[in-house]
Amino acid sequence: MIDTGELWLVMIVLGLGSFGLRFVFTGLIGDRPLPAWVLRHLRYTAVAVLPGLVAPLVVWPDATGGSPDAPRLAAAVVTITVGVLTRNMLLAIFLGASTLYGGLYLLG
Amino acid sequence: MATETTKSIFWQGVRDGSPFILVIVPFSTLFGVVATEAGLNVFETVAFSFLVIAGAAQFTAVELLRNDAPTIIVLISALAVNLRMAMYSASLVPYLGRATLGQRALVAYFTVDQTYACSIIKYDERRDWTVRQRLTYFFGVATPICPLWYFFTAVGAMIGTAMPEGLALDFAIPITFLALIGPMMRTRAHVAAGFVSVAAALVFAFLPFNLGLLVAGVLGMMTGAQVEVIDARRAERGKP
Repeated sequence: MIDTGELWLVMIVLGLGSFGLRFVFTGLIGDRPLPAWVLRHLRYTAVAVLPGLVAPLVVWPDATGGSPDAPRLAAAVVTITVGVLTRNMLLAIFLGASTLYGGLYLLG
Repeated sequence: MATETTKSIFWQGVRDGSPFILVIVPFSTLFGVVATEAGLNVFETVAFSFLVIAGAAQFTAVELLRNDAPTIIVLISALAVNLRMAMYSASLVPYLGRATLGQRALVAYFTVDQTYACSIIKYDERRDWTVRQRLTYFFGVATPICPLWYFFTAVGAMIGTAMPEGLALDFAIPITFLALIGPMMRTRAHVAAGFVSVAAALVFAFLPFNLGLLVAGVLGMMTGAQVEVIDARRAERGKP
């Protein structure tokens, strides 16, 4: 059983800590100008973090106990390809999900 | 294009954020279920989502609490999952640094993967936008996402059952994120950063506290910046 005091301590510290991480740079730097080389690195934050976040989920999905799975790999390839080619997020999601369900139906 | 109203920008944000309802609903419901199974009551469960508002960190914390991990380990592990938020905060500085402190604090609270990713794509595309327009768009994206996160946490806590497993909803996160990543691949530098990020995340997956992602992020950013410099020099030389 989780202790109520410990639970609230975790929730409050985790809440404050998460807010701190989200606020640390926008809050502290504000409108002070950043050097060009810093800006150059920051331009790639999204493309450097999100693919790394997704990659293990695609290659080692929890649902299969961590072993690579053809329908999920195929769905990932279709989603990213459609996204790159059409820049249409909804179409990419739709075709990716169709691939996943089609693959699970055929192979499952 | 200069005639865009605040209202139309807000609705653009709402529209761009809406596909993530597909992720938010099942995962906040699941969090509600998992948290109540771990012994939290409905109020504590909803308070958790409201205070922390970060899916992966919440799941990590509840899982560790349930297994009687020491409090300090619970906090370190869950905060490590959220370290990427600091990188998001840094990359928002050039766009939102001139907003008021209150506005920046509000943006910080609502910074999740989806609100950040949609906004950064749009800010990069629409360099002409004012800070006010950027904020309007950000809160537009957050509108279909964040309230649903609280609401379906409560639903999950009250009904106590998650979506059926046959729906393969585990893959809703990868698919919606991949659909976001596609349009980000604008230049060779972006593509290179993405590939390095994937490779590094897989190679460093063994690191504890989700630190592999942090390594992947830093290496990806360095790659993007480096390729940008190389390509700029090449373009410079190519000029007559």
